Amino acid sequence: MVDLEISEPHVRSSEEHRYEQPDLMGNFGRYGGRFVAETLMGALEDLDRTWRELWRDKNFQEDFDRDLADFVGRPSPLYYAERWTQALGGAKIYLKREDLNHTGAHKINHAVGQALLAKHMGKTRIIAETGAGQHGVASATVAARLGLECVVYMGAKDVKRQALNVYRMKLLGATVVPVETGSQTLKDAINEALRDWVARPEDTFYLLGTVCGPSPYPEMVRNLQSIIGREARRQILEKEGRLPDALVACVGGGSNAMGLFHEFILDKDVKLYGVEAAGHGVDTDKHAARMSSGRPGVLQGARTYLMTNEHGQIIESHSVSAGLDYPGVGPEHSYLKDIGRAQYPAATDEEALAAFRKLTRLEGIMPALESAHALAWVDKLAPTMDKDQIIICNLSGRGDKDIHTVAAIDGLEV
Amino acid sequence: MSLETNRIKTCFERLRGQQRKALIPYILAGDPPGKTVDVMHQLVGNGADMIELGFPFSDPVADGPVIAQAHERAVSHGVTLYDVFAMVSEFRARDNVTPVVLMGYLNPVEIMGYDRFVELASQAGVDGVLMVDLPPEAAGDFLVSLNDHGMDMINLITPTTSDERIAKICSIASGYLYYVSLKGVTGAAILNTAEVEERVNHIRRFASVPVCVGFGIRDGESAAAIGRTADGVIAGSVLVSELAKYGSEGQAAIDRVASKIAEMRSAMDDDRMNE
Repeated sequence: MVDLEISEPHVRSSEEHRYEQPDLMGNFGRYGGRFVAETLMGALEDLDRTWRELWRDKNFQEDFDRDLADFVGRPSPLYYAERWTQALGGAKIYLKREDLNHTGAHKINHAVGQALLAKHMGKTRIIAETGAGQHGVASATVAARLGLECVVYMGAKDVKRQALNVYRMKLLGATVVPVETGSQTLKDAINEALRDWVARPEDTFYLLGTVCGPSPYPEMVRNLQSIIGREARRQILEKEGRLPDALVACVGGGSNAMGLFHEFILDKDVKLYGVEAAGHGVDTDKHAARMSSGRPGVLQGARTYLMTNEHGQIIESHSVSAGLDYPGVGPEHSYLKDIGRAQYPAATDEEALAAFRKLTRLEGIMPALESAHALAWVDKLAPTMDKDQIIICNLSGRGDKDIHTVAAIDGLEV
Repeated sequence: MSLETNRIKTCFERLRGQQRKALIPYILAGDPPGKTVDVMHQLVGNGADMIELGFPFSDPVADGPVIAQAHERAVSHGVTLYDVFAMVSEFRARDNVTPVVLMGYLNPVEIMGYDRFVELASQAGVDGVLMVDLPPEAAGDFLVSLNDHGMDMINLITPTTSDERIAKICSIASGYLYYVSLKGVTGAAILNTAEVEERVNHIRRFASVPVCVGFGIRDGESAAAIGRTADGVIAGSVLVSELAKYGSEGQAAIDRVASKIAEMRSAMDDDRMNE
């Protein structure tokens, strides 16, 4: 049990300190908003209304909590990575084990919540986009459970590198549509899902998989994911009697990072690190480091940091991990960067792969390549910190889906 | 250019006097490469009253496959906003009457900066701008800049737009309103003319500018049917899909675009005579 004397300073007074982002229009400072064609406005307004009503509804909260407990398997453990900590010789490292959730990643948290919304709105069809396939699997899973039709849009390139997840989605009864346009990755899958939704707003719910897109998605997905940080806060107080010194999470769109960060934003002494994919290196043309090399623009419904050329065309991103291979980022991350609350370092493909192998060997935990980017940053950060300091790293997903990719890099076929 | 000499306003006044409806083709600038100005003149020569000129973006999310692929081709040819302004200037050298409306997505304009975009567009001879993904709520700065240069802000209204939003959109709209006749992306499905008529009449109660209709217009028959209710008829995908064949068929593709417009023009005008 936590000594009250110790935990007292960490109890925040909600009257004194408030973080009220976004505003009612979905703006996080200058970022976010709802930059979509009028063709999509009606559907977004319906969603926004229902979301605001349900998020305050006691019955919805009870249903959501029950699903998180009994279907997802929450709370996820906060695991002390002892051998890794010793190997690095610095701060004490805890892993938030989102990889142990049903379907193997944090994506199921918001999928369960959005499915409840879809059901409430009387929708019979769910559409989703997916990069690594984790959000597609989560969407297909909740659709199967509710007996809803499910169509998942996936970049043709990602269909190839995430074959296992494609098959999982099919087993769950979903239709996977390979998207051949543009860079054939996550960005293009989102475009296709939006096009589908515009044509069939009456019966279709767009289960967007990250904190991107037009309002209310960035706020809605963040709130549905914020269970990660609420649990982590309680768990670290139980285990250590104090808050951590740093939080680390990978950032593609940024849903697992926002889920972990949200509960700690007002705790100024807790440093926040969102780790982007540096691909072959931020100084090459093959990366997905929007924060370090991009600039603000408008893509897929939100103003945010982007990879864009000087003529406003979106530049193709690159990362060994499909889930981080996206040229935009959740608008709240752009806001947190600009106000200096969070920092956004980047890890290369090579560093992520090294971290993947290291965690597997030292802790017997095989992380998703996305999460391995966060681990790669911890690998650098922990040795610079004191032994009595604490890092919580979000282990957002498990690595089963990436075994093909890692084996191919090793020159093997499995 | 001052508001008094606004080409869009003048065009609609002239058409009203002739009891004719506006025929507004949409093409994407730079697709096929090097041919846009030529195609614009041919469109006018075959009966177009105004031209909507799309400018390329890598992620045209409100467009269906036909126009989206045109965007992809133009982006791959490196067509920039500067190139688009140059096309309009070149067009203006021979045609100082036909209104030109630029239509596209916000990111290229954001990166260039609103003021610079509007200034260069105005210098080139652009009359109005339709920013697909800039909703009226967020249009403030851009609208001020446009109005300072006497240019119109064209806005979309759809089958699902609420009355509250129609009123809001109409309060900032100038030039004309673009009613999207069906749910979906550009190039989608078949029109329900009766539904469109009811909706256009409804919008007219809020609007002080002409109401034009686009999406789903593909031939003389559909153009004439829509022309009976709307102040203008907008055709895009049917033309862009022909221009897509320029690579393999050359001039024949452009000729078909010209004859498509001629077909729509004569169907719309015949319809008026028969009334």
